[in-house]
Amino acid sequence: MNRIKTIETKDINKTVKNGGCGECQTSCQSACKTSCGVANQKCENKNK
Amino acid sequence: MVHQYKLNGYNIVMDTASGSIHLVDDVAYDIIEMFKEADAEEIATRISAKYLDVTKEDVFECLEDIRSLEKDNKLFSSDPYEQLAYNYKNNSNVIKALCLHVAHSCNLNCSYCFASQGKYQGERALMSFEVGKRAFDFLVENSGSRVNLEVDFFGGEPLMNFDTVKKLVEYARSIEKKHNKNFRFTLTTNGMLIDDDVIEFANKEMSNVVLSLDGRKEINDHFRKDYNGNGSYDKIVPKFKKLVEARGHKDYYIRGTFTHNNIDFTNDIFHMADLGFSELSMEPVVCPEGDPYALTKEDLPKILQQYEILAKEMIKRKKNGNGFTFYHYMLDLKNGPCIYKRITGCGSGTEYMAVTPWGELYPCHQFVGDEKYSLGDIWQGVTKPDVQDKFRSQNAYARKECKDCWAKLYCSGGCAANAYHATGDVSGIYEYGCQLFKKRIECAVMMQVALQTLN
Repeated sequence: MNRIKTIETKDINKTVKNGGCGECQTSCQSACKTSCGVANQKCENKNK
Repeated sequence: MVHQYKLNGYNIVMDTASGSIHLVDDVAYDIIEMFKEADAEEIATRISAKYLDVTKEDVFECLEDIRSLEKDNKLFSSDPYEQLAYNYKNNSNVIKALCLHVAHSCNLNCSYCFASQGKYQGERALMSFEVGKRAFDFLVENSGSRVNLEVDFFGGEPLMNFDTVKKLVEYARSIEKKHNKNFRFTLTTNGMLIDDDVIEFANKEMSNVVLSLDGRKEINDHFRKDYNGNGSYDKIVPKFKKLVEARGHKDYYIRGTFTHNNIDFTNDIFHMADLGFSELSMEPVVCPEGDPYALTKEDLPKILQQYEILAKEMIKRKKNGNGFTFYHYMLDLKNGPCIYKRITGCGSGTEYMAVTPWGELYPCHQFVGDEKYSLGDIWQGVTKPDVQDKFRSQNAYARKECKDCWAKLYCSGGCAANAYHATGDVSGIYEYGCQLFKKRIECAVMMQVALQTLN
């Protein structure tokens, strides 16, 4: 593709099947305590 | 849903449901904008008129690429997740994180404190070891098969009850193997009581340490004062440096709050970086609208601009080898959270709760002291399921405005406490916060694109 460069990302849709283990960090437990961000949490699923 | 924007010379197209991100040139940017509104001939005519060196064949080729991405669900992909969000939360009763209020008391007297100088609109109190121990047992009993359990030692100022914190960590370590749990502790402190003993303990036991500093001395000392009116900067900065130097690679954040008084808050972030700290966070103040230091409508465009300044400077510093991390710009595009994490909200009131020094349960630290939101206690568990249900029903699709928002899989519907403070309802929308959040994600994605295309 000449005009479009796709950046490498995780396909969120594919995680419907094996996601949801809940072992990742709770959003508010890190640094903010005043807002909700989930995209910066690391996935800790060992069975993906 | 597709979101496209231009920032710092990059044309970025995000596909919400798949999480795909595309870097495109001006022509493709315009074509994608028109893709769902016009047919191929019309798009080709309009593009050729705007870009004289672009032929119709060029446009058709680009259209083919877009169709191919659409077919691969990387552009204009459909969003099938709404029901998943409700199902997941309705089927889970697991608690995996507690914010332990070990001290409703503070040795600083910061007038902007959301917790009214650590007292949370109530009496000063320290959590006893017995209450804390029961909180750990309560967490383990309610954690189901979850292995990683998080406990944040919070206040007020938790180091005012340091002996109890130490004993509680010792207790938690003594039970974790038996129950197949892995405790991750966080200490959130203003730094005043940090000494060698605290440093050794925190760096051994705490997975994360959150150190409160608002940035430049004059900014920090404006609010962060002791009860005699003395600013805290000179006392805490050397302590923070010592702790961080001894910490190795373990997580920490220097965390500040900005207010109407320092809308140029990037200078405070840069100051923290220049002090030698590399893991930084800076949050907008949480306070009633009429407070003199509350963020105003007029501040909003300036704040958005500050986020851009920050992102550009961070790219520059990264290139120069002296980069730093900003909490809200951390984005793991390849190994980020699954869809369930993205749609189920922050977990307040369900998998995450706050425990007061007396053992009461609240949906999160920001609701502590507000009797309407009391959930129960650590002995009887949740005794007000109606209150909990309000939180269980929060997710990335629970609000009409979120359904139509491109950022919902990044914020998961936002902070219930922010919504409550802004609108009186946890199901409301804190529009001001949404605008800040969206700008931060745009900046974070742009940085990822910039840094990936550099390599």
